[in-house]
Amino acid sequence: MDLQILLLLGQDGITNGAIYALLALALVLVFTVTRVIFIPQGEFVAYGALTLASLQAGKVPGTVWLLLALGCTVAVLDGIRLVREGRFAKLPPLLIFNIGLPLLAAAGLFAMPPTQLPLAAQVVISMLLVVPLGPMIYRVAYQPLAGASVLVLLIVSVAIHVAMIGLGLLFFGAEGSRTPPFTELSFELAGAPLQGQTILVVVASASLIIGLYFFFERTIYGKALRATAMNRTGARLMGIPPVLAGKLCLTLAAAIGAFSGILIAPITTIYYDSGFLIGLKGFVGAIIGGLASYPVAALGAVLVGLLESYSSFYASAFKEVIVFTLIIPVLLWRSLTSKHIEEEEE
Amino acid sequence: MNITPPHLHDHEVILDVKNLRVAYGKVEALHEVSLTIRRGDIVTVIGPNGAGKTTLLAALMGLLPADGEIVYMGHRQGRDREVEALVRHGMTLVPEKRELFAEMSVEDNLLLGAFDRYRTGHRDQMETMDEVFELFPRLEERRSQLAGTLSGGERQMLAMGRALMAKPKLLMLDEPSLGLAPLIIKEIFRIIGELKKTGVAILLVEQNARAALQIADYGYVLETGEVSLAGPSQELAADPRVIEAYLGLGNKQR
Repeated sequence: MDLQILLLLGQDGITNGAIYALLALALVLVFTVTRVIFIPQGEFVAYGALTLASLQAGKVPGTVWLLLALGCTVAVLDGIRLVREGRFAKLPPLLIFNIGLPLLAAAGLFAMPPTQLPLAAQVVISMLLVVPLGPMIYRVAYQPLAGASVLVLLIVSVAIHVAMIGLGLLFFGAEGSRTPPFTELSFELAGAPLQGQTILVVVASASLIIGLYFFFERTIYGKALRATAMNRTGARLMGIPPVLAGKLCLTLAAAIGAFSGILIAPITTIYYDSGFLIGLKGFVGAIIGGLASYPVAALGAVLVGLLESYSSFYASAFKEVIVFTLIIPVLLWRSLTSKHIEEEEE
Repeated sequence: MNITPPHLHDHEVILDVKNLRVAYGKVEALHEVSLTIRRGDIVTVIGPNGAGKTTLLAALMGLLPADGEIVYMGHRQGRDREVEALVRHGMTLVPEKRELFAEMSVEDNLLLGAFDRYRTGHRDQMETMDEVFELFPRLEERRSQLAGTLSGGERQMLAMGRALMAKPKLLMLDEPSLGLAPLIIKEIFRIIGELKKTGVAILLVEQNARAALQIADYGYVLETGEVSLAGPSQELAADPRVIEAYLGLGNKQR
């Protein structure tokens, strides 16, 4: 073991850790605001990466069908309520956003597969196809159960996770994809090669984290989300609807997931079910932060990344075992040091 | 018994409640409660612990399902009325537990009080906040402090200030004097009196009957879920039944 390998492994660990950190933040966000343990977080990583890959391969990504199906479901669910309440003025935007735009996207993709577009445009299209799935899933699966216990919400999460994996196999097939790197740049750091893509991942993750920090600290919508997490009743009394908070959260979570997927697609081969393991590692980070603290969750996730990278070198057969075993001492320490808090009654 | 208040002021009726019933399972917490609140009035509901006062406010605010007729600002409210819709139309509740955002600054708590106004396109939060600071200078001194670190009196002030940020038409206060020192209570009630001048209607639920009746225009006595007495507050304060049960013979309660 020399310095070069040490640096190389560290580089790898930090790159993966940055992605895990993003996912850990999304998990903490969704849990604190909606009490949902968002198991399908990882599926958004896979969907983001594979949607981009199918666009680049000149195929119409199956994501667009899911978008259309969920959009129609949302339109029916909300449409019935609006008609019953006589609020017809709200019908056109509902139909345009949930059915019109997905149809337009499907038509656009069929008419002109965006293989020739620059990479940035392809990334934007992939995000636009994947991110709306977040709030739509909230509307269809979680909103009717807003008052349910954490356990029921967790069971729903598992169901969505399984469904998304199955659909992922249907949409993208069993073979993995890897997208071309965003940049071919390469540097040398103390004798070890440093890929431009690695720097890009770390810089993009860090800027996203800083952006999230400003969103939560400086904007009234960010503050409203924090307020909902702190005191649900208080937030409702201020006219912050739990539904708005939930949709906003899942939009952010889906965006973070899809963006992470697009970032790592050039580094690792992503399969339809790769998201789960990646999300689970973010989850370990989130657990280290007690599903409550953003900075601890992010640092925990980076630690997971480093641990994974070094253990893959020393004991590669036990890589996952070592990473997930980390959760046991953390849980032990947490349960010994923290007082038991009763679940909030609604 | 006639429990509709006489038209002391010919003001616009803000809230008109008839035969409100709330049940927790089979246990009825409120039975046929009726009350009326007009613009610029302070109406108080006094009564002992467990009489259903907090339940009444929760039902009015839409936090609990209730039967009966609730007409707010001329609109009849359905059984599935939503808190958010009522907030949008100027109804605010300062709950007994204050429900502040403990890990946020005083300023952010206040700002979120105007969340719905911001969402509907109003951008006058800073001016409203200055008005709130005028009413509660203590909050201005503490503006960057976390709400969780405030004293009891300051928390009550913040909860009231946060509600005022929504520019309410009806302000409902649940036990604002709860757990506060006498001097602070006096200050809080002085401010409630000042708010009356702004034209906001105030529904004040209190166990501290003496202070509440002093400041209110009209009062209701709620006992085991029913209105047992109602009348202009001076009359109530002079009623032997109220004196015996809630005011004591010249001895200050608490």
